[in-house]
Amino acid sequence: MKDIIKNKVEISDDPSTVPRRIAVFPEKTPVRFEEEKTEEKLVMTFPNLIIREVICFQIVVIILTLISLFINAPLEELANPQNTPNPAKAPWYFLGLQELLHSFPPIVAGVLLPMLVVIALIIIPYFNVNIKKESLWRNNSKIKLINFSAVILTLVAVSILFDAYSIAVPTILFYVLVILPYFVKKKNRLMSWLYERSLSDWIMIWFVSIASILTVIGTYFRGPGWSWVWPW
Amino acid sequence: MKKIEWLMNTKIWRSIFRTKLPISTNLDRSLVIFNSLTLHIHPVKVREKAICFSYTFYLGMISFFLFVILIVTGILLMLYYQPAIPNAYQNMKDIQYVVSNGTFLRNMHRWSAHLMVFTVFLHMLRVFFKGAYKPPREFNWIIGVILLLLTLLLSYTGYLLPYDQLSYWAVTVGANIVKYVPFIGTKIRFLLLGGNQIGDYTLVRFYVLHCVILPSVMLLLVALHFWRIRKDGGLL
Repeated sequence: MKDIIKNKVEISDDPSTVPRRIAVFPEKTPVRFEEEKTEEKLVMTFPNLIIREVICFQIVVIILTLISLFINAPLEELANPQNTPNPAKAPWYFLGLQELLHSFPPIVAGVLLPMLVVIALIIIPYFNVNIKKESLWRNNSKIKLINFSAVILTLVAVSILFDAYSIAVPTILFYVLVILPYFVKKKNRLMSWLYERSLSDWIMIWFVSIASILTVIGTYFRGPGWSWVWPW
Repeated sequence: MKKIEWLMNTKIWRSIFRTKLPISTNLDRSLVIFNSLTLHIHPVKVREKAICFSYTFYLGMISFFLFVILIVTGILLMLYYQPAIPNAYQNMKDIQYVVSNGTFLRNMHRWSAHLMVFTVFLHMLRVFFKGAYKPPREFNWIIGVILLLLTLLLSYTGYLLPYDQLSYWAVTVGANIVKYVPFIGTKIRFLLLGGNQIGDYTLVRFYVLHCVILPSVMLLLVALHFWRIRKDGGLL
């Protein structure tokens, strides 16, 4: 098997001892080359993995103990339905959502978008784009550029329409980053990394950046009446 | 050291632990995994690349360990907690000022909860960018997404339990979002809160969700998640 892959063929006149073997790998083979898998080195689980698990557990406990010794969990006064704090904030992992609620109508930001995100996450492994993960600009780059620009333009336009500049501005920056390797042909490490990213990578990068930016804004930059404040 | 060795060779020790000592050959090392209830979810051999830190950053493992810490500290906290108004809040004060190491216990629970939300999310990102959801692991990815949602729900239901201003209004914000679900929004909100606004029954419902229902579902799905990793040719 390995010899065939490396194009080394044993030659002999006697076909009964050395039959001529030809392996054809069509370009569309869905499975990645299996060569490395057979070569992969195996180690004993005990002690190699077990010791790592034990050490990992100990480090987690130690770090948590240190954090818990020095930082106290917040506890405010008894809940009082008559006294609404301004602003009332959700737990930090929902502040991105709350920030969305500020700009978009509640049914979109509170129901539609979260549901779309969950559905999008679930269906990821069932789409070929996400399985192949081909570089975005490898084939048909011109059509892709037009489509991609149109999508981004719509996104930015909609966000600006709803005053969601916290989405519009990062999206424009993101757009510049994505199309950079299309125009700049210079090859350094950063450029080739950008060039190699697939469409699914880019969508995830966009989603994670927007989610983090919205969460940070919701956590630190929002004050009374959800107005913009500076944390310092 | 000698005494430990003697202890490990006593009849009693050998009746409890199936592994024979000393462990010197690879067969013995396999038997350590084979003969242990807790370890036998592992294969006896693993790919060297798969246990490398830079490959997975151990994020799944860390999330699981945080979950274990959360269960332990959570059970201890349950000993001091009554899901009622205003007892819940008074219990918090008791945990802070009366219970030995109570503040530490609560800190531990809260910070590991926040950290777990973070590590589970990072774990998802790692799996995505390494392409570890590709066939045959599609379904395990879905279980993972559900586990992420469960983590968020667990954290959210736990947020109300101290019943201070912070938790009350955070949960109010969340419950108001539920209201916007078309047609059945107010009904779902009523079901969740056990009333039209947060009260005694909300506390009980969130308490049962947080301490019984969601952790049980979580444990089941974690077990399924681990089993699938193994069956799909992964690390465990």
